[in-house]
Amino acid sequence: MNITNEKFKHIPGWGIDADPENEPTYPMKKYTGDDHKRSDYERADQQKQEILLLKSPERPAISRVFGTTVPPSGLSGAIRRYAFHYSEDKIRHWIPLILADRIQVWEGLLNDLKRGYIPNIVAERGWNIEWKHNPKGMVKKIAIATSLGFLICCTLRKKKK
Amino acid sequence: MLAMNYRGPYRVRTEQRPMPEIQHPEDAIVRVTRTCICGSDLHLYHGMVPDTRVGSTFGHEFTGVVEEVGSLVQNLKVGDHVLVPFNIACGRCNFCKQGLYGNCHEANTMSTAVGSIFGYSHTAGGFDGGQAEYVRVPYADVGPTVIPKDMDPEDAVMLTDVVPTGYQAAEMAGIKKGDTVVVFGAGPIGIMAARCAWFFGPARVIIIDQLDYRLEFAQNYAKCEAYNFKDYEDPVLFIKKITDWYGADVCIDAVGCEADGNPLQTFTGRTLMMQAGSATALQWAINSVKKGGIVSIVGVYGPPFNMIPAGNILNKGITIRANQASVKRLLPKLIEHVQAGRLNPKDLITHRVPLEEAADAYRLFSSKLDNCIKTVLIPSTKS
Ligand SMILES: NC(=O)c1ccc[n+]([C@@H]2O[C@H](COP(=O)([O-])OP(=O)(O)OC[C@H]3O[C@@H](n4cnc5c(N)ncnc54)[C@H](O)[C@@H]3O)[C@@H](O)[C@H]2O)c1
Ligand SMILES: [Zn+2]
Ligand SMILES: [Zn+2]
Repeated sequence: MNITNEKFKHIPGWGIDADPENEPTYPMKKYTGDDHKRSDYERADQQKQEILLLKSPERPAISRVFGTTVPPSGLSGAIRRYAFHYSEDKIRHWIPLILADRIQVWEGLLNDLKRGYIPNIVAERGWNIEWKHNPKGMVKKIAIATSLGFLICCTLRKKKK
Repeated sequence: MLAMNYRGPYRVRTEQRPMPEIQHPEDAIVRVTRTCICGSDLHLYHGMVPDTRVGSTFGHEFTGVVEEVGSLVQNLKVGDHVLVPFNIACGRCNFCKQGLYGNCHEANTMSTAVGSIFGYSHTAGGFDGGQAEYVRVPYADVGPTVIPKDMDPEDAVMLTDVVPTGYQAAEMAGIKKGDTVVVFGAGPIGIMAARCAWFFGPARVIIIDQLDYRLEFAQNYAKCEAYNFKDYEDPVLFIKKITDWYGADVCIDAVGCEADGNPLQTFTGRTLMMQAGSATALQWAINSVKKGGIVSIVGVYGPPFNMIPAGNILNKGITIRANQASVKRLLPKLIEHVQAGRLNPKDLITHRVPLEEAADAYRLFSSKLDNCIKTVLIPSTKS
């Protein structure tokens, strides 16, 4: 923005071939040059923060709006809080998040049971519709799963002996 | 209100949840009239996207009627029937101002790389989605667009994602008159990309998938050549052969992180999750494009990293262009294409299902049963 050759006159040829159209995102991006103003742009009002919000360490502040359902809680929540100590570059950020996702499945089951609700896993997994349209495939899947389970059981038993 | 509720990989149900509320003066509450299940939702459903919290409601493709608006909303009024772009965008940050509505910087606290998407995990902002009777729509003056009076509501819901994404895939590919275009994936996105590719004047459009019913559909709908990669031991070699041993001018990846076709990619990416899904389609795209060609990616990959032939990108001098679609930027042009009858997006819809049956609908789409291409969920509170 407002960069003139004055400032760079000690560099021969500065800017002589600049071509604003030669932009990898053209025509997707309507180039305004505002990128050079960095984070100095107009913002909306700040949504009130009433829940625990985990912020990427790569940003200075929370975004002006955010979702509020399912804030982190329980063991999975503790793992998520750990994950957010690390930037999006780090595998230490992403693997714990996946782990937390898997743990939360069990927390979800426990919460269901705590409130006296027994989830209908068959319905939730849509097994009825799979059975209706793909009985062969389902039999195959069940056969593979049971034989795998059987194999694992056998090897574990052998190891114990 | 009734809403879809994620319980874990391959497990969803619909149940009663609290009504959404206005939480910011630029919010609106929308009563959903139609909401689709997308190939992107399958990545969530399969547990591939980090920070997908149990108890979330998915759904980023929806239309609905405005029920309530925040104090600063000016362009929308109660009763408007709107189509809502899948990106949540502030309209004011440098990215939005330059038309990159899929890359807004003021709608996602959790991640800087990812923009913000309705109902798409906390990695994409942590907002609940539209597979529900009601949904909170932030920045209501920016995204939501009143559905034109003469437009079929089923066309409208397809304009929230499928049409703009397919179009942008073709646009990013930089197609020149006479080009040969290869599209990987014959899901709704790939089919729409193949259809929209013709708008840029190529000589050939070729689509690749593994499901004959989809290939047949694509051939008719997008008027393109269609091949099943399972019929060829080496799909890249096959593409070289049918492009005069030159390679395609441009390749489009409309598959993303759950690609089949390469056991090593599948095992490391989907079974072990040692990479962000399997990058088979992207690998094929890079290896089947000509030297100096363009690879356009709209297929979604997770954040950490993937195995792709970086050396070939360098040695062949390939340009890679990719993004989440910028729905808002493309809407005026695409509404015109639909109204002029040049595009018939609703023809992709094969299943119309009550919201209550979301669990079955997810399974049906995930397992590609009953010749499914696109499913719309319809809440009972629609009218
Ligand atoms: N960038 C965006 O803005 C955006 C928007 C919407 C969807 N998407 C992404 O686009 C992708 C496709 O979405 P969809 O709704 O069409 O999904 P879909 O699941 O219906 O279709 C994917 C298709 O790819 C096929 N396929 C699998 N492996 C393949 C391979 N190696 N080569 C060719 N085809 C292969 C499958 O058989 C399937 O038909 C997804 O990754 C989705 O997340 C991106
Ligand atoms: Zn989508
Ligand atoms: Zn923005």
